Amino acid sequence: MDQAARNRGTAQPEAVPGEITILGLHKAYESRKSRFEALRDIRLTVGGNEFLTILGPSGCGKSTLLRIVAGLEDASSGTVLLDGEEVIGPGADRGMVFQGYTLFPWLTVRENIEYGLKLRGVPILDRRGVSSYLLRVIKLEAFDKAYPKQLSGGMKQRVAIARALANRPKVLLMDEPFGALDAQTKLEMQEMLLDVWEKEKTTVLFITHDIDEAIFLSQRIVVMGAGPGRILKEFQVRLPAERTPEVRERPEFLALKRELAQLLKH
Amino acid sequence: MHPPKRRKPPRFQIYKDIGNKPYAITAGLSFVFLLAVWSLLSYTEAVNPVFLPQPQRVLMELIRQLGSAEYWNHIGISVFRVSAGFALACLIGIPIGILAGTFKFGEALVEPPMEFIRYMPAVAFIPLIMVWAGIGEWAKILLIFIGCFFQLVLMVADNTRRVSQDLLHASFTLGAGRWKAIETVIIPAIQPQLMNTMRLILGWAWTYLVVAELVAVSSGLGFAIMKAQRFLNTEQIFVGIIVIGLLGLISDRIFAFLNRRLFPWA
Repeated sequence: MDQAARNRGTAQPEAVPGEITILGLHKAYESRKSRFEALRDIRLTVGGNEFLTILGPSGCGKSTLLRIVAGLEDASSGTVLLDGEEVIGPGADRGMVFQGYTLFPWLTVRENIEYGLKLRGVPILDRRGVSSYLLRVIKLEAFDKAYPKQLSGGMKQRVAIARALANRPKVLLMDEPFGALDAQTKLEMQEMLLDVWEKEKTTVLFITHDIDEAIFLSQRIVVMGAGPGRILKEFQVRLPAERTPEVRERPEFLALKRELAQLLKH
Repeated sequence: MHPPKRRKPPRFQIYKDIGNKPYAITAGLSFVFLLAVWSLLSYTEAVNPVFLPQPQRVLMELIRQLGSAEYWNHIGISVFRVSAGFALACLIGIPIGILAGTFKFGEALVEPPMEFIRYMPAVAFIPLIMVWAGIGEWAKILLIFIGCFFQLVLMVADNTRRVSQDLLHASFTLGAGRWKAIETVIIPAIQPQLMNTMRLILGWAWTYLVVAELVAVSSGLGFAIMKAQRFLNTEQIFVGIIVIGLLGLISDRIFAFLNRRLFPWA
């Protein structure tokens, strides 16, 4: 955070860490008989500290794109840069929250959050400090000793977010993290996520097919289309930085929602 | 007008829990049933008592044998052979199984030959084992080892392959490399299943013990059974079978207990 502030002071806006650059990315799945083009010529830059959402119907390759950025899949051609350096394979600098529940069931909530720190050999007292802070942020202090099976879906995803953030990643990659939650929990989670993003100031690359979610959360929305997966259009979200639930009723919100719905219909 | 009649839900529901008490009663009844069939056949002398001794005579014999130091020696040596063969199979088989389940190279290296060998009856190895290891303790342990090892490797490999990909990917995005992922994800994740596999294999070990003790031995429960057979002492044969059954049951219960104690998160 101090690093970011200092960099901002040096009048080089592109020096804010956590900038993702995706250059001419293609992805095709080939078998002997067929070839499926999942992604065609994706070019995208996500600025440091930006909250960018990729919105698209299922099957448009948005998850594949995210997994390539995470390093979990290889692109057929093209590159992904993080702060100017090519991304090769997964790493702790790109934390990820998955759609399914991926907490380690044999670890308690606190141990899950500390997992990445423990891997890096951070001493236990420092780990405790970080996990206590994050438990407070996600409002689950009372559950630090619980096992994942004792948590509700929303709580599990909150822990998953905290686990990714504990590593202080430059980028947080989120693959429809709230897709499996009920409507009410989903809204609460969205507000919590913005709160966390406000505090942690990391770049967020968020994926969803939920238009409301995309508008409410993002500074910028990139719409993808299917067959082959490609970027259709880009939108700046002109809403106040402070996103309260009332934001959803503002005319700008509704206008953008209509426009996005129209675009996704085709 | 009568209130609408509510039909009672049927007692036999697919997969549905029936509660501890009905479960225990049903289990007890099935033992009672077995005993009843046995009593019926033996007390009416429908079957020659030389072939099927009466339950109460077997019980007397059991009490008499358990009162003798000699029989406890048989039990001791048998437990030792089973434990040694089983432990050896686990010590070598589990790491190989994990590697075969984790890496495709490991699978290719290990599984095809094992699939081939496991269909060879372990009993057919007896003559070979006697050539290799003589007729000492090692011969018995080796037979139990051969009977368990190949099955164990294949089952452990299968357990390993069932670990969720998402958990692995989560660990990669939290900074784990391949070996760390094996250590911190695959090994903890397979443990409950591994215990079940070991439970099953331990059952096999007891089966092979008896086979091992049928040839060229002068101690152990299998030997006791063989000796009894020579004198057509069916009571003693029954006692031997029941004692082995009880030992198997005890070891099985210990595994079940450990499973609940060690893995409260599962």
